[in-house]
Amino acid sequence: MAETVLSIEHVGVQFGGLVALSDLDFTVGEGQIVSLIGPNGAGKTTAFNVMTGFLDPTEGMVKYRGAVLNGLKPHEIADLGLIRTFQRTSVFPRDTVFDNVLIGLHRQGKLGLVEAILGLPRARASERAQRERAAELVRWIGLEARANDLAGSLSYGEQRLVGVALALAAQPSMLLLDEPVSGMNASETHTFVQLIRNIRDRGVTILLVEHDMPMVMSVSDRIVVLNYGRIIAAGAPETIRNDPAVIEAYLGQGAKRA
Amino acid sequence: MNQIATLISLAVFASVPLWLQDPYLLNALITTGIFIIGAMSLNLLLGFTGQLSLGHIAFFGIGAYVSALTSLGFDVGIVGDFHIVHVPWPPIVGFVLAIVISGFCGYLVGRLSFSVRGAYFVIVTISFAEVVRLVALNWVELTQGPLALTNIPSITVGLPGLGYLVLKTKLQNYYLVLAVAAAAYFLISRLVHSHFGRAMRGLMENETLAVAVGIDVTKTLTLAAVISAGIAGAAGSLYAHYIRIIDPDVFAFINTVTMVIMVVSGGKGSLAGPVVGGVIFGLLPVFLRPVMPPEAQWITYGGVLILILFVLPKGIVPSLAPRLGLSRAKGNKAVKVTERTAGERA
Amino acid sequence: MLEIRDMVCAYGQVTALKGVTLSVKAGQLVALIGANGAGKSTTLRAISGLVPPRSGSMIFEGEDITGASPQRVLTRGIAHCPEGRRVFPHMTVAENLDMGAYLRSDTSAIATDRDRIYGEFPRLADRKKQAAGTLSGGEQQMLAIGRALMSRPRLVMFDEPSLGLAPNIVERTFAIIRAIRDAGTTVLLVEQNAFAALEMCDHAYLLEAGRVVLSGAGADLIENEHVRRAYLGG
Repeated sequence: MAETVLSIEHVGVQFGGLVALSDLDFTVGEGQIVSLIGPNGAGKTTAFNVMTGFLDPTEGMVKYRGAVLNGLKPHEIADLGLIRTFQRTSVFPRDTVFDNVLIGLHRQGKLGLVEAILGLPRARASERAQRERAAELVRWIGLEARANDLAGSLSYGEQRLVGVALALAAQPSMLLLDEPVSGMNASETHTFVQLIRNIRDRGVTILLVEHDMPMVMSVSDRIVVLNYGRIIAAGAPETIRNDPAVIEAYLGQGAKRA
Repeated sequence: MNQIATLISLAVFASVPLWLQDPYLLNALITTGIFIIGAMSLNLLLGFTGQLSLGHIAFFGIGAYVSALTSLGFDVGIVGDFHIVHVPWPPIVGFVLAIVISGFCGYLVGRLSFSVRGAYFVIVTISFAEVVRLVALNWVELTQGPLALTNIPSITVGLPGLGYLVLKTKLQNYYLVLAVAAAAYFLISRLVHSHFGRAMRGLMENETLAVAVGIDVTKTLTLAAVISAGIAGAAGSLYAHYIRIIDPDVFAFINTVTMVIMVVSGGKGSLAGPVVGGVIFGLLPVFLRPVMPPEAQWITYGGVLILILFVLPKGIVPSLAPRLGLSRAKGNKAVKVTERTAGERA
Repeated sequence: MLEIRDMVCAYGQVTALKGVTLSVKAGQLVALIGANGAGKSTTLRAISGLVPPRSGSMIFEGEDITGASPQRVLTRGIAHCPEGRRVFPHMTVAENLDMGAYLRSDTSAIATDRDRIYGEFPRLADRKKQAAGTLSGGEQQMLAIGRALMSRPRLVMFDEPSLGLAPNIVERTFAIIRAIRDAGTTVLLVEQNAFAALEMCDHAYLLEAGRVVLSGAGADLIENEHVRRAYLGG
């Protein structure tokens, strides 16, 4: 197996008396695509929040490339190259698509304040480089026709793409995608899967939360299934597809054709 | 397009004293200009980070007092016979110190309140302004309290080899205020168009997403607060050296409200907004004073503000600029970049 | 029942609908499919009065509702269940349902309808007093559907009801939508899961770039070569 980059070690989260996650324990290897699936409310997004510093675990530990993430702020975790997207609010709605990606490039533009304000040559060069990089990303994700539209005016599925583009702008070494293809039809999903594979081939490890089973089954190296905050199954797509507990809790009978 | 409009406006402002010699009107323009600088600094916070500073006048007032005391000197007893004695320094040093110390106060207020933000920031800023006002009122040995600091010297500009120029006349002060306002406008414009500005916008629109792409909330907002407070301090310093007398009334809440009205009516989040709103509400008293008592003037301001926001809900500049073809046109830039990179590939 | 002719809608400078013509017959389940940004959601928003049309006309049961306010459209009998499970998170389940009957004044009938919805969705009955924000995704979707039905619509429009739901919950949601049609309420459905939508509908329209490019029975569209390639991923 590939070298472990992200490890979730016995993580538990409680809200008051409510157990949101309990003894969550799994790893993601370098260059893998791993999916986290489970019913609505099973704790998938909570798990993402723990990994990206939006929530402190009640117990357990999260490590990324040897660094312990517990207690770090979200922007500090982003600085380690672990970048996430969001389910619903994945864009800056009152900015254009192009500017969304520019904001995502924030990590690349670390310049002195004085340089930026005075517009010194280095600042101008950096600004130009960022604009070119943003244009390239917008084109790569297939939204060049929408570059000047406000992100908030885009359809839900297009906003998912903007969310991914601005996450990529932050130059992740690992990407956590929260329901990236919801709101996309089968063909758009198909294109998106190519995109994800392409991202992985550039050396980015991917952890995915998604309900689109055909997509999850085709793209994942490994699948982890959560229910009521616990792992109920983990393994290759073939194993998961036929696991009776997973079918009962999540897939339903119709999913077999996936 | 936008830059041309800015330059034309600047030229118009610069030409005013050539065709307007009435000292009363020139005086109104100078004080209005000073308040516009304050409103621009408030707009940096309110319009570009979404944080409402309802104690903004504190930074202005601190700038005024720092500058006045630096140029007047003071002798303050601390413990027993221990005194701090300060010999007067040139007003221009006071101006610089006003920016630095107001900026530092912005840093403190920012650090204190940005971990909670929203309504807390509003409350912390109001409280801060009130505390500062009480200090100015009660630390009589330093500030003369209600007796006011008087005889504040005018700003002196040193010209190498040519001696000194004391900016005493209204005309000189008009150009001084215009120069500082233009500098502040330029500074804010560069800031909001840099990647710092994008970080601020990102935080205002979708904070969760912004931190997820690596934007440091506290650092970004504190930076905005420091610069905003520093500019307000500069405006305060200009005020002290122009009016040449200041008392604790400078901290009055109504002065903050005036700045908020200028920003909101002109259009928050637009660079020219505070200038347009400031010109309207700064000069309105000039025209209203001869015809109505002060109470009626305030009611009229309220009426004018409501009317503006009713007709142009986003404020004057954001509502009218697109119609005049002066929108930010950043989209067009994006198109060009896309085409160019595409061309380079081909 | 609903006739739309040459409807054109724009957000600012972006024209989202470039002349949509479609009709919905009483008692049918009609599906709108198409790519992202093709104008499906905009069509629903235009019908419910949230986006004013630039031109074109909408006739509902013989009455012109072009440019009518959302309140008027709702009182005429059209309910809109927007995408993304929109519930009032801090209100209880019961309060959310009552919001659906906001424009009605027949108090006793409202109570009857509420009980009927609890009968259809027992999960909601168990959680009457719970804040809607604490419900799971599937339960919030049930609640959004229930709220739409509370206005006693004759036409109910669903915008991507399967969005973000677990596969087994998606199956149940679709079953409920079919049941709504079978009980006599006309349904207009926007759905990204084109296969499921075409399978369950009586009639379907395919939108591309703000125009209807194809229409027909669901089964016919499934067989259509273009639809298969572009929307069914196969």
